[in-house]
Amino acid sequence: MSAGSAPDAVTGREQRILDIIETARSKRPRFKDAQITMAHGAGGKATQTLIEGLLVPAFGSSTLASLGDAGVVTIAGAALALTTDSFVVKPIRFPGGSIGELAVNGTVNDLAVSGARPVAMSLSLVLEEGLAAQELAAEVEAIAGAARTAGIEVISGDTKVVERGRCDSMYVSTTGLGQLDPRAALSPQGLRPGDRILVSGPVGNHGTAIMLARGELGLEAEVSSDTCSLWPAVDALLGAAGADLHCMRDATRGGVASVLNELARASGVAVVVREADVPLDPAVAGAAELLGIDPMYIANEGKLVAFVAPEAAGTALAALRAVPGCEQASEIGEVKTEPPGMVLVETGFGGRRVMDQLVGDPLPRIC
Amino acid sequence: MRFVDEFRDAELGRALAGQILATVEPGRHYKVMEVCGGHTHSIYKYGIDDLLPANVELVHGPGCPVCVIPMGRVDDGIALATRPGVIFTCFGDMMRVPGSEGTFLDAKARGADVRMVYSPLDALRIAKENPEREVIFFAIGFETTAPSTALTLKRAKAEGVANFSCVCNHVTIVPPLRALLESPDLRLDGFIGPGHVSTVVGARPFGFIPADYGRPVVIAGFEPLDVLQAIQMILRQIADGRCEVENQYRRVVPYEGNLRALEVMAEVFELRPHFEWRGLGFISQSALRLSDAYADLDAEQRFGVPGVRIADPKACQCGEVLKGVIKPWECKVFGTACTPEHAIGTCMVSPEGACAAYYNYGRFAREREVV
Repeated sequence: MSAGSAPDAVTGREQRILDIIETARSKRPRFKDAQITMAHGAGGKATQTLIEGLLVPAFGSSTLASLGDAGVVTIAGAALALTTDSFVVKPIRFPGGSIGELAVNGTVNDLAVSGARPVAMSLSLVLEEGLAAQELAAEVEAIAGAARTAGIEVISGDTKVVERGRCDSMYVSTTGLGQLDPRAALSPQGLRPGDRILVSGPVGNHGTAIMLARGELGLEAEVSSDTCSLWPAVDALLGAAGADLHCMRDATRGGVASVLNELARASGVAVVVREADVPLDPAVAGAAELLGIDPMYIANEGKLVAFVAPEAAGTALAALRAVPGCEQASEIGEVKTEPPGMVLVETGFGGRRVMDQLVGDPLPRIC
Repeated sequence: MRFVDEFRDAELGRALAGQILATVEPGRHYKVMEVCGGHTHSIYKYGIDDLLPANVELVHGPGCPVCVIPMGRVDDGIALATRPGVIFTCFGDMMRVPGSEGTFLDAKARGADVRMVYSPLDALRIAKENPEREVIFFAIGFETTAPSTALTLKRAKAEGVANFSCVCNHVTIVPPLRALLESPDLRLDGFIGPGHVSTVVGARPFGFIPADYGRPVVIAGFEPLDVLQAIQMILRQIADGRCEVENQYRRVVPYEGNLRALEVMAEVFELRPHFEWRGLGFISQSALRLSDAYADLDAEQRFGVPGVRIADPKACQCGEVLKGVIKPWECKVFGTACTPEHAIGTCMVSPEGACAAYYNYGRFAREREVV
């Protein structure tokens, strides 16, 4: 059959196919995989299938189903945010930080972007037989230091030891408790057309630092992890924008691109990013270019993405830039109405493309 | 990467887009194929098709070396990877290409020791570090990556690394192009020639395209201005009634290619009588295997692979999509049996393949409106 021979019929058929795709996409993902692969941990489509297809339906909690970074529960009139996380990074120490700092900051940040002031956390350590006591002591010190800096108290804990080879040096699990800030009116469904998109600094540093620290690439570049507490940034944004701050996320696994895709879908809006306005360290840009990986998909451990009503965006950005470490915060795009659920990029070259969800791990390209 | 910024200047891009608009005949439809997966990536990354007039259509070609590996070859690789004691190495983007029983990533999840490497030399290093294990490198790619595999094999032989071997899946660019051009229903007006491959083979091998098939070829670099300029040069040739091989990528591609690379390839490899391409079927003399002098390093000979052929599903019409005969959505299995999560054909395997791109972005491409 030939395109163009019967334009009306062809258009009708194309429309039907597009409708089939649309129906398939909007269906709740079902978990049908035979086994767990690394893709289920990469923060893309497979992770989404695991969470929305297996976990969320099993527990029947509407709070869980809203898929926030932390769940909110109200006890005797006090709104509390609860989050939990596990840390399995390799190597455990890398330029700019270590697993201990990641564990504290990751927990603090999930609370912070949910609009909650971090209060207390638990700490669970799974240790590998043979781990040097000195390494463990260094991580415990890192945890204590990061907790002091972030103003969160470690109030309970647990330790387990597993046989050599059963885990990689050490795994850390945490639970964080925070107090919801009365200024916060945040929701993943809260994006409104016209909202401006802010990012708190250069993206892709953490993931790039880890890739380089593994030493497999034979690349040498000065890139450090960005691991830090985001509470000061959140505090500044809440102070400047209050209820005009519609939503925040920390752009960890899957990077800024994954956050934007999740929120565009949750709010049923289009998100347009101006690529040239996204802050990027030259060393990260260079490494990403060499590997053929888009920095927008690379993990961060101390960067948030915020959606602010247009009238408050200028004030919010100024407040954010005044926070130490956020000097390079930038407005990178805007929320639109159509096409809903999609993230579009205006490239620095003047073209446009779709920035889709990740299907698996970001793998280096050869071609 | 400051040194390439000059090839990404949006102002110059707009000027070229204006020239392209002035070159095309209104009412005439142009289909230009970019042969190389690297060009497809640039077009996607910079949104280049967004800058073209509606009557200039880009068709993604067969030049993604990962996506053209047929299911049977992946199955053979997995059979090797799951042998006891084997460390199996391959490039990252190969790990997601499905065989009949899943991907290398799935094999890894089932317990195979599959490791991602960034160069064949990394695989050789792993072999030297693990002398008690058999280390196999799954080599893929066009003439671009074949020289580095050849050099690695030469070194392995010279150093006597006995536990290293290679599954050779290297392919050559000219035979699939000829196969496409032989097709009576071909609807392509010109070709953007592969820049990286041409740095090795030179411009000469593409002469048959204008000479025998009357289609212009412009060998192009990978920066967005390179690609736009190549499109402009192809359209200019058509407008002028010319038909020849032009070299837009002269800063890198010499007419004669890289003679040293060609020499080492000739020493290590020889042509296979035929090779199967996913979606395109068997194409004669389209791939390389290790020459007799390197037979010791050939994993296919050392271990004996099953060599099972898994036929592409009959309904898969990748060949027609690649030739520009049908649109992705006109394929019988598109969007039903063949989706990005469960890809059948080459055009769906790569996220930048024509079918995957249409599946993911088709709705946007139709509407092209952001409100």
